[in-house]
Amino acid sequence: MAIHKGRGFAAINYPIGMNLGGDPAQALVHSTPDGKFMVALSAIDLGQGMKSVTRQIAAETIGVPVEDVYVDTADSDTGPHDMGSFASRGTHRVGNAVIRAAAEARKQLLEAAAEELEVNASDLDTDGRGNIHVKGAPGRSITVMETSQAAQFKQGRTLAGRGIFLIPLSGTDPDTGEMTPVSCFAHAALVIDLEVDDETGEVEVTQINSAYEVGRALNPRLVEQQLIGGAWMGVSHALYETTEPYYPDRSHGPVDFNHYVMPGPGQIVPHHIAVLERPAEDAPFGGKGPGEMCANPVLPAVANAVYNAVGVRCDTLPITPEKILRGLRANGGARPQGRR
Amino acid sequence: MARTALTFTLNDAEAAVFVDPGANLIDVLRRGVGDLSPKQGCAQGSCGACTVLIDGVPHLACLTLAETVEGRRVETSGGLADGPDLHPLQKAFMEGFAAQCGFCTAGMLMAARALLDRVPNPSREEVIEAISGNLCRCTGYEPIVDAILAAAQEMQGNRRMMR
Ligand code: FES
Ligand code: FES
Repeated sequence: MAIHKGRGFAAINYPIGMNLGGDPAQALVHSTPDGKFMVALSAIDLGQGMKSVTRQIAAETIGVPVEDVYVDTADSDTGPHDMGSFASRGTHRVGNAVIRAAAEARKQLLEAAAEELEVNASDLDTDGRGNIHVKGAPGRSITVMETSQAAQFKQGRTLAGRGIFLIPLSGTDPDTGEMTPVSCFAHAALVIDLEVDDETGEVEVTQINSAYEVGRALNPRLVEQQLIGGAWMGVSHALYETTEPYYPDRSHGPVDFNHYVMPGPGQIVPHHIAVLERPAEDAPFGGKGPGEMCANPVLPAVANAVYNAVGVRCDTLPITPEKILRGLRANGGARPQGRR
Repeated sequence: MARTALTFTLNDAEAAVFVDPGANLIDVLRRGVGDLSPKQGCAQGSCGACTVLIDGVPHLACLTLAETVEGRRVETSGGLADGPDLHPLQKAFMEGFAAQCGFCTAGMLMAARALLDRVPNPSREEVIEAISGNLCRCTGYEPIVDAILAAAQEMQGNRRMMR
């Protein structure tokens, strides 16, 4: 009886957003009398960081400090319509809608400032620190707050913007079957190292090495956080999680977290990540978003590594000790496939 | 059903509330006295989201009969910050990106707090053991373990400075 080391590889091309398009996102931006900007969305941040990223996108587009932008994702009844947070579409779809809304708000901000400074709006620029100045003459300036107050209390105009981003639903060419399933792909490759105990069928993942190409990483720490957490979930799906019973009788199935098996803090796998940035043309500031593919390639890589270790090919998930032991028995023992 | 008057200390303030017989502590904290910082994940003792300290010891509030805290000291993550100054654990969680959806965070913070009160300079293994009753779906745990170790270091440094 022995411990067998295995290595498995998987790569993924991940389509960002709903397949074939047709999934609009909307954003509304307006200024408040204290010179801040509100972004209203119906897309929800489940912890991936969409609020942070859309806040950065709005601030960058309007030309104000990120602290002066608030993102409200509270209510799908009262907010502008959005298809939701799924399909890794948050950064790309919602971010693009935010850019459009923020650009319109910026245009109105500069027009209101132009009226106060008695210049042309096209001669104005923002400094990203809360001021608007005449290009080439930083001394001739007005603050964003003063502009916002003048717009509302003197000029009687709104500093607001509406944005929608829609990749129209792709049809299928009846002759050729040709269609446009997706406009923007993210990519990743991942290597799993693990050990299989051929006596117990237990698998221990020892190391993950990955390279992720997610467009521009708009917030590198959030990207890393997503990739680490997502890979953990991938390992969990590959080896543990199921709502099905492990044994034929359904009453053996999990009824709570005590039976629904997931790796805990004692099973942290070291994960080395290389983030490659190839900004996408139709993405907000080039960011595609890591999303679902944080977890996806882990599963086939684990399955391949188990095969590499003991020669057992599991084609259903999770890869439980029982499946590995049955495979070993069918093969008459471990058949290590050799170092790759 | 007769309701019972219950008084206890919640994060250094007196709390008084009438509770139904059999009410559990998580409901009394959240609905009775309005401290929404502890979360209820599973309501059956397996996720740790509801972890609070009772007389300094971590307890699952969803499995604690509210009446048992009469006259005792209850601490929740809502009491960690000192006014606008975050607790070193909160700061380390923030700086270490140790929360995503945040649902586990309140329980993680309290489990960590109890550990650092007991063991100011814990090993990685001790941190892992201390949070092993707390489930997290999002982070993969590593950022949480790192944040707790960073907070321990920070608190040790502060203590040294005060000497
Ligand atoms: S809510 Fe108490 S342990 Fe889950
Ligand atoms: S941050 Fe979501 S459960 Fe821990």
